[in-house]
Amino acid sequence: MSSVRIPPVLRDAVGGSRSVAASGATVAEVLRDLFQQFPALRDRVTEDGELSRFVNVYVNDRDVRYREGLETPVAEADTVILLPAMAGGSS
Amino acid sequence: MTDQTATQPQIREVSVGDALRLAEAGYRIIDVREELEWNDGHIPSATLLPLGDVLDRIEAVVPDKTTPLLVHCAAGARSARAVARMQSLGYTNAVSLKGSMLDWRRLGGDWEAPQPLLTPAQQRRYSRQLLIPEIGQKGQRKLLDGKVLLIGAGGLGSPSALYLAASGIGTIGLVDDDAVDESNLQRQVLHTVDRIGMPKTESARITLNALNPETRIVEHRERLTADNVERLIANYDVIVDGTDNFDTRYVLNDAALKLRKPVVHGSIYRWDGQITTFVPFAGPCYRCMYPTQPPEELAPSCAVAGVLGVLPGIVGLLQANEVFKLLLGVGETLAGRLLMFDAMATRFDEVKVWRDPQCPACGEASPFVAASVQVAETLEPAAR
Repeated sequence: MSSVRIPPVLRDAVGGSRSVAASGATVAEVLRDLFQQFPALRDRVTEDGELSRFVNVYVNDRDVRYREGLETPVAEADTVILLPAMAGGSS
Repeated sequence: MTDQTATQPQIREVSVGDALRLAEAGYRIIDVREELEWNDGHIPSATLLPLGDVLDRIEAVVPDKTTPLLVHCAAGARSARAVARMQSLGYTNAVSLKGSMLDWRRLGGDWEAPQPLLTPAQQRRYSRQLLIPEIGQKGQRKLLDGKVLLIGAGGLGSPSALYLAASGIGTIGLVDDDAVDESNLQRQVLHTVDRIGMPKTESARITLNALNPETRIVEHRERLTADNVERLIANYDVIVDGTDNFDTRYVLNDAALKLRKPVVHGSIYRWDGQITTFVPFAGPCYRCMYPTQPPEELAPSCAVAGVLGVLPGIVGLLQANEVFKLLLGVGETLAGRLLMFDAMATRFDEVKVWRDPQCPACGEASPFVAASVQVAETLEPAAR
C-alpha cells in the first residue's frame, strides 16, 4: 500500500484524514483504489472519469505530468500527493 | 617575533615624513595591500599591486626598473618584503615606507576614502545584520535601495511588511483597497483596534513608519486588476503575492513575466500553507504550476474557510525570507520548488515545480518572451 496525501480542501471527502493508504502499481491504479474507498472524493476531483486539470498529482516530489502521467509507476514506499491550487491570502 | 627581513637583501626604508617628500618629488607610489584594504581607502595616485602579485606583475606595471618607487602597505612589513622582491628582479630605486597609513593621513598625505555606504545611524540600527557575512554594508545598501511591492496588506502582508521594514528595505509598496475590520486583528498584526475602519494601507504605513521611519511606504489604495497591474508593479524589484483569489494571481503572473519581476507566492488555508518563488523565464511560473484554477468550492478564501492566526505569520515570513535572498542575490530561492507547511503536523514538505514548455504564459509560445531567450535551456526546475 502506498500513502496518499490529501489536501485540506479534500479532507472532508476522506473522513478528515491527512493521509490515506491505497494500493496500485501506477497512479491510475492507486486513484482507482482511492476512489473505490472514497466515492465522494471521485466526484470532487474527476470529470467524465478523467482526473480534473486543476489537481496536480505528485509521486514523491515529482509532478506526474513530467513523468508518465497516470501511468507513472508507484512503489509501496512512495507517497502520492494530490494538490489543487490554494487561493487564500490576505483579506 | 621572527625577523623575516634578516635573511633578505638590504632595503631602503623611509619614514612617513620622508615618504611625503618623496611623493611630492614624483616617486611612483605602489600599494601592496589587499584589494579589500584598498577599497576601504587609499592614496589616490597609488597603483594597487598586492604583495602576492609583486613578482608576477611588477614588470608589467613598472617596465622601467630604474623608476623611483615608493612602496607602502598598512604599516611597513609587507612593503619591505615587496621591495626585497622588486630588488631581486633588478629594481634599483624602490623604497619601503616604514610607518602607518594613519600617520600618512595625519601628516597631510593624500587619501581617498570611499563614500560610506551607510550613515552612522544606519550602522547602529542594522548592526546585527551587518555582522552577517552575506549582508554586510554592501548587502544592507542593496536592502536600503530595494523596492518591494506587497499585494495585500492583510494576513500574509502583515508579517512580511513588518520584518522587511524593520530590516531596512528602502521602499515598501502596499496594494490594498480594504479597510481594517475587527475580524482581521486575529492575524493581521499590522493593524490595531483603534484603527478599525481605517484604510489598511494607511494603518500599515503608521505601524511600519513607527517601526522604521526611514522606510518609504507607498500606499496603493486599489485592487490589483488587469488594467492597473503593470503600472503598479513597474517600479518595484520584487513582488510579494498575498492575494486572496485566483483571478488576481493569474493577472499578476502574466504582468510579472512581461515586466520580468520575480514574484514570491504564498497561499494559506486553515492549517496549511504553500510558498514558492517565480523568477520569470528562469524557473516555472504560476501557470506552469497550476494551469487551471479549481472551481470556487474547492478554493475558498480565508473569509469563507477560516485560517489559523499564526499560519499567515509563518508563511508571510517565509515569503519575506525569499525577498531578502532575491534582493541580496545570495542563497537558494524556492524557484522550482513548492514548499508546503502543515501547521497541524508541524511539517514541511516540498515538491518540484517544472517549467512547462507548453505554458501559455512562459512557454515556447509565450507572448512575453524575447527572441533571444532560449526557452528550452531554462526548463530545469530550481534554475536559481
